Amino acid sequence: MTVSTAPDFRTRLQDWLPKLVLAPSFAVTILFVYGFIGFTVLLSFTGSKMLPSFKWVGWENYEKLWALPAWNTAVMNIAIFASLYIVICTAVGLMLAIFLDQKIRGEGVLRPIYLYPMALSFIVTGTAWKWFLDPGIGLENVMHLWGWQSFSFTWIKDGNMAIYTIVIAAVWQTSGFVMAMFLAGLRGIDNEILKAAQIDGASNWQLYRRIVIPLLRPAFLSAFVILSHLAIKSYDLVVALTGGGPGRATEMPATFMYSYTFTRNQMGIGASSAVIMLMTIAAIMVPYLYAEMKEKKG
Amino acid sequence: MGFLDIRNVTKSYGNVEVLHRVDIAVEEGEFLVLVGPSGCGKSTLLNMIAGLEGITGGEIAIKGHVVNGVHPSRRNIAMVFQSYALYPNMTVAQNMTFGLEMHGVPKPERERALADVAKLLQIDHLLDRKPGQLSGGQRQRVAMGRALVRDPDVFLFDEPLSNLDAKLRVDMRTEIKKLHQKLKTTIVYVTHDQIEAMTLSTRIAVMNKGYVQQLGTPKEIYDTPANLFVATFMGSPAMNIIPARVVVQDGTPHASVTDADGRPRLLRFSQGSLAAWDGRDILLGIRPEAITDPEGADRKSSNIQALTNRVTVTEPAGSDTFVTMALGGQDAIARMRADASVAAGQTYDFAVNMEKAVAFDPKTEQRIASD
Amino acid sequence: MSAVTQDTAVSMGRVTRALIYLLLLLFALFYLLPLYVMGVNSVKPLAEITGGNMMALPEVWTLDPWRSAWSTAQIGVEPTGLKPYFLNSILMVVPAVVISTIMGALNGYILTKWRFRGDTWVFGLMLFSCFIPFQIVLIPMAVVLGKLGLAGSVPGLVLVHVVYGIGFTTLYFRNYYATFPTELVRAAQIDGAGFFQIFWRILLPVSGPIAVVSIIWQFTNIWNDFLFGASFGGTNQPMTVALNNLVQSSTGVKEYNVHFAGAILAALPTLLVYIVAGRYFVRGLMAGSVKG
Repeated sequence: MTVSTAPDFRTRLQDWLPKLVLAPSFAVTILFVYGFIGFTVLLSFTGSKMLPSFKWVGWENYEKLWALPAWNTAVMNIAIFASLYIVICTAVGLMLAIFLDQKIRGEGVLRPIYLYPMALSFIVTGTAWKWFLDPGIGLENVMHLWGWQSFSFTWIKDGNMAIYTIVIAAVWQTSGFVMAMFLAGLRGIDNEILKAAQIDGASNWQLYRRIVIPLLRPAFLSAFVILSHLAIKSYDLVVALTGGGPGRATEMPATFMYSYTFTRNQMGIGASSAVIMLMTIAAIMVPYLYAEMKEKKG
Repeated sequence: MGFLDIRNVTKSYGNVEVLHRVDIAVEEGEFLVLVGPSGCGKSTLLNMIAGLEGITGGEIAIKGHVVNGVHPSRRNIAMVFQSYALYPNMTVAQNMTFGLEMHGVPKPERERALADVAKLLQIDHLLDRKPGQLSGGQRQRVAMGRALVRDPDVFLFDEPLSNLDAKLRVDMRTEIKKLHQKLKTTIVYVTHDQIEAMTLSTRIAVMNKGYVQQLGTPKEIYDTPANLFVATFMGSPAMNIIPARVVVQDGTPHASVTDADGRPRLLRFSQGSLAAWDGRDILLGIRPEAITDPEGADRKSSNIQALTNRVTVTEPAGSDTFVTMALGGQDAIARMRADASVAAGQTYDFAVNMEKAVAFDPKTEQRIASD
Repeated sequence: MSAVTQDTAVSMGRVTRALIYLLLLLFALFYLLPLYVMGVNSVKPLAEITGGNMMALPEVWTLDPWRSAWSTAQIGVEPTGLKPYFLNSILMVVPAVVISTIMGALNGYILTKWRFRGDTWVFGLMLFSCFIPFQIVLIPMAVVLGKLGLAGSVPGLVLVHVVYGIGFTTLYFRNYYATFPTELVRAAQIDGAGFFQIFWRILLPVSGPIAVVSIIWQFTNIWNDFLFGASFGGTNQPMTVALNNLVQSSTGVKEYNVHFAGAILAALPTLLVYIVAGRYFVRGLMAGSVKG
């Protein structure tokens, strides 16, 4: 008597078919994502200029990179931009969500108004804000025409302040989305918990500070991850709003990478800047994704 | 060789063996119930018969053909799932004939089979509806219909009634039994409900921790459980397990149990062979219905023993009254006639049907074999 | 005692409530303002913008800026208007969305219903690919597209967007199919349905909602993309890149009204999708944030 007969052809085919169908996607991911990452990491250790070359230069590109004023400006800018963007978006989103959750009449009208900018391209957002903040025709001019002659708002032309205009436009684009995330979180909280807290004598302020906001922890975490990811990738908005200017004042890692790689023919340095961007995002995303996937499994 | 043979079948996930050497031969027309608590391996075994899970060791044969590695659809089996697993996008008729369609059965034949089964299950009027428009009981019928249409060698049922409410469950249970009696099909049925197991089966396999604890007819399982697990799992309320000592008096073995006040009471065993256990501790197993008020005692029994004891709790259940008392330092439940007047705190005479009593070895937890 | 509220158990005074309404309205204005500015100034003659108030309604209504943006404005060196680029975007978006959604659906089906050893790792690797900064793949992608002869072509852009889109579509379909009872697949297997039959006959008919989410997400993302378009578009640039070229062009007078009209044109398809299927759009955004 045989211990186990071999599976018939149909069963074997059915066993293989799923893997076969998944294979192209998996192969493409391995090649175009992880293979490419490997290639870029490799390039960052070579003396590539206009075209990839494989002359090994060790850490030279990274040393050069951190000695470049433009890169240091970019890093400083991303630090300012990311922290303000994340904090303001979260604060505005949380506030709007809490307020909208107070049985507001017209919520159905307000919510889509807050959210629609997310459907737009950063290029469109950048164009709109570029001209709206332009002192010659935009906000400043409008205020002057309305009789407020001393009003001055020239941030977009001011090397020290231009980075903040990017924050404004970016917050405009994404804060509605953060609001939606928090609103979903708020709607998911069991109403009986709130009633119990009120019976325990909590004021509205205490209710939110001690009960509701701690319960929104997952929403905070998701918002943080999404926003930091968007911040580090931000390229289009800078290009459309300030073009990295005035001068190099609003250079960001993303714009730096592009210009060094494709217009300044310093591919090795461009690659090393891309590697640093990847590392930063991975440091945030990998633990988050790992935790999320573990949770789903358990 | 049986109609469905499960020969030394084992199942492992990695290094963990979850099913250990299961050996069951099912005859044609038999209704085998696999019963046990969740995680006992009963569903795994069913899925292995269906071909939805691989077999690690041993083999499964249907009508003499080993089906290890054969695709589920080639085993000529049909399965009724716990969630019914009706395709939500198809009508009842499409659901029921999907399997025939996949097997390339021509349309007229499919229609004929559908009509027969729909009539049998009285679901003719539902054929054009979608599963979402059906009640729980109707879905259950359709799920059975889908299995019947295939006219398979073996029907597999995976806890088919557990999603129904209590009343419907009883109705459907009867329905399934009628169907089996009428069609004489071979059925393997998985449940965690011991009442379903008792009422439906021709044979029961009680499973726990990946082992078949006992395989037998409902009567065998109920009256002579192989071990403590089977004894306590089957029956509701559960069998009383009372610490006792064997005392031989006048040449016959007795169980010495302490009553509510700590006094020893002697109950004569029917099994003379227990005399070999003289002076040793055992666990005495008595079902609640074997401890009654003296008027309610089984008149056919050859061995009714008297017991006087104090009652701690009474629970009138309508048809019977359950009475709790201390025996051997533990709670024991007696089943009285509904109109037996008992009150908590009072002492009464009880009749113990020792013909139905069983004894277990406290160490091995196996039943002590009797003559 | 006030009546029991359903949304929250919070009760508050009239003044607080009025303040909340005021604040919510102010924010609504903040979000609407740029759209308003784009709208009114796209139907004004240029002189009214440079010499007048950006917030004012037009004194002379004109559709000339729209006509110019669509068909005659100078994009780069050619006075083609945005029309050809709009078509490029359509030709790029449609196949990319269709292909990536189909692949995502199959992947999600396999990763939930045909699980195999290591499938979580496969999914994890695909999932992480959604979140890489695309700068890390720009250089090798340029090389590969060049080698494939797809540099500067619409098929090249389709390839790029499919490759970097399947992570998200797989995520959507996987999470959706995970809630679909596996017993149904088992029942179909016993009924004799094969891999593709189960997908086609059992899962696909109930995949409508998630397909809409996936399509909208991919459509918005690909339509709005700038980085890949600018890097690999060559002479077949998509709409976003053309708009940026129009706005940033340093020659001649700045035709703000044309820029605004162009911006609205570039925003129109995604805005339309948002208006028609906003519910699904939001769901897509949320699904993207609740990963795993």
